[in-house]
Amino acid sequence: MTFIPSPDGAPIGPRRRVRGARVDDRFNLLGAAAAGLALSTLIFGWVTPLSGGLGWALVAFLAFIGFYALLVSITSDFQDVKDRVMAVLLTSAGVVLFGALVFVVAFTLVRGQEALPHLNFFTQSMEKAGPLDGLEMGGIAHAILGTLMQIGMALVITVPLGILTALFLNEVGGRFARFVRTISDAMTALPSIVAGLFVYSAIIVLITHQRSGFAASMAITVMMLPIVIRASDIVLRLVAGNLREAAYALGSTRWRTIWHVVLPTARPGLATAVILGTARGIGETSPVLLTSGVTAVVNTNPFEGPMISLPLQVFDFVKSPEPNMIARGFGTAAVLILLVLTLFAIARLIGGRAPGDLTVRQQQRVVAASLRDLHRITIQGDRRFELISAEKTTTPDTNDTKESSS
Amino acid sequence: MSRTINAPSPARTAPHTEAFPLEKERRRALVSKPSVSDSVFRSVAFTAGGITVAIMLAVGVFLSIRASNALGVAGFSFLTEQDWSPESRVFGIASVLFGTVTIALIALVVAVPLALGTALLISEVAQGRLRSTLVTLVDLMAAVPSVVFGLWGVFFLQANVVPVASWISTYFGWIPFFRVSNATGGALTESSAFTSSAFIAGLVVGLMVVPTTTSVMREAFSQAPIGEREAAFALGSTRWGMIRSVVLPFGRGGIIGGTMLGLGRALGETIAVYMIISPIFTINWQVLKTGSNSVSALIALRYGESSEFGLSALMAAGLVLFLVTLVINFTASSIVARSRSGAESS
Repeated sequence: MTFIPSPDGAPIGPRRRVRGARVDDRFNLLGAAAAGLALSTLIFGWVTPLSGGLGWALVAFLAFIGFYALLVSITSDFQDVKDRVMAVLLTSAGVVLFGALVFVVAFTLVRGQEALPHLNFFTQSMEKAGPLDGLEMGGIAHAILGTLMQIGMALVITVPLGILTALFLNEVGGRFARFVRTISDAMTALPSIVAGLFVYSAIIVLITHQRSGFAASMAITVMMLPIVIRASDIVLRLVAGNLREAAYALGSTRWRTIWHVVLPTARPGLATAVILGTARGIGETSPVLLTSGVTAVVNTNPFEGPMISLPLQVFDFVKSPEPNMIARGFGTAAVLILLVLTLFAIARLIGGRAPGDLTVRQQQRVVAASLRDLHRITIQGDRRFELISAEKTTTPDTNDTKESSS
Repeated sequence: MSRTINAPSPARTAPHTEAFPLEKERRRALVSKPSVSDSVFRSVAFTAGGITVAIMLAVGVFLSIRASNALGVAGFSFLTEQDWSPESRVFGIASVLFGTVTIALIALVVAVPLALGTALLISEVAQGRLRSTLVTLVDLMAAVPSVVFGLWGVFFLQANVVPVASWISTYFGWIPFFRVSNATGGALTESSAFTSSAFIAGLVVGLMVVPTTTSVMREAFSQAPIGEREAAFALGSTRWGMIRSVVLPFGRGGIIGGTMLGLGRALGETIAVYMIISPIFTINWQVLKTGSNSVSALIALRYGESSEFGLSALMAAGLVLFLVTLVINFTASSIVARSRSGAESS
């Protein structure tokens, strides 16, 4: 027999608040922060052996945590104090991390401002500019061109190969596919410098005997391929199974299913995968360091002579002690970051939604198409179509069209 | 095709189908013959998979073959010798491997608490738009080129972190790691003794691996079952209590796996380390002191001047690095896959 304890005698504690904040919570936070800052300013330098801004901030933070725990403990029990303090700690971990990361990017952009306003920075190469020349001489046109050509060649190989391999993993399957997946996972562990060393000793030393843009693009390909395969693999796995089954049930072959159902559904995701791979590939420095060679002139022949790219140009500029060269290095790094940010923004724009998740305009187009089909197929539908279009002319609100199409 | 269903032979199961005399002789095959386009697609996809494997295997096999020359000469001393001069046949990766591991461990000390805190912040505390913004920001930061981190490390962090390093060595110098001393054992205090150290390189690399680690951990945490979360709340738990009793145990595989993936990336990082450290070829236990090295920095430093044999020695170093990261990555992914949080995702 089940014994149900009687709830009569048991005390019912106050309800825990899991989310949200009362006014006094906010005051607790503000008060503790003010007290922490004040205490730190007061005792800093006498009691603590630390010096500099960092020490002050550290003491202020510790004092803030202490005061906050004290303030919360006035009104709450120990569990609540722990909860509040941990929430503050988690938030500060986030603030520190995002602060540091944003600072890294912002630091480069701000230091790059010295070189960026000069238009010649984008149109000239460093051919005629010496290390002592001012910023109104010379630029990084050769590096921009080199990056575009190298990444272009790498994309020509990685995009078809990567997506086909991902299709193989998902649509064909079998024992060999599992082996391919294992190998490509292993490949993500390949350190970039080792990829560069491989291309250097396999292609440059053995075959071409000179550094070239082609060798660099091969090194980038080796690095990008596993990224593209893995990202497209995930996207293809997300394509809903019932879409595929519907296609098979309609009698389509495997290839037609892939071409007309799987790939169109996964298109935004695949584009995102490729763009993210590109963003990674553009930033690769160490494989390019070994394979492309350093040059100051524009080189449009990928098979002949050194061809520098943006990250390597950054690396090369900042090796120089001249302030102008360092300014150019930061300018180049800023261009590189902006390029990566742009690629990333494009990827977000087209890849922000799940496969099959349509935009409003796409939805309207689908509704219109199925309405046309209905109109074409049935007399009944014909009548409804007329009815609806008559309704549509009277009321611009189009809620009915959606209902009729479903 | 793997889905072939063996249709029972018509003779054995000939049904009593007087009403359908036409089907008596021949049963319909359950599996149709693949069309031409299908078989073309299958062979093309198979070839693509084959090419991918061929590229990957070519890297591994080529590295091993070229490295075997140097490994044969050096033998076991390759792992114990600190110096690197292949020309005089005295070379080994003891010092560079030590430096690599030191830098990676410092990076993890920085990265893991930050990543854990941020992952919990994103999955448990932040809500709505803020959450998706933070997720995007983490993904974006994973794509920032390493040369940018290197620039920041050299031109900003280097100058600003020296007082901190000096302070640590002054007050925690009794811990052997944090001691900064010269050859005779006297403590050094001038700031030039603290630049270009493994500590600074570790800080920068740590910042670089945080995004990777964070996104793996966040993925695991966000899969913690809602029912168990609500059960914890129903038993009167606070949010932190719920995190400790539900989210953290559930995401343990993600925490370990994310940490190890971060470790793998930290071991292979080249440019940022190369820009910051001043290379030495002795084991330096004092992480705050100038001078360290890593396998990838060694390759970047020496590949140009190397002879045929020197290149082979560098290949051997690269092979060791590759094997180490490979083992770490596979361990990480099997831990993630075996944990509760990973079982449902893959």
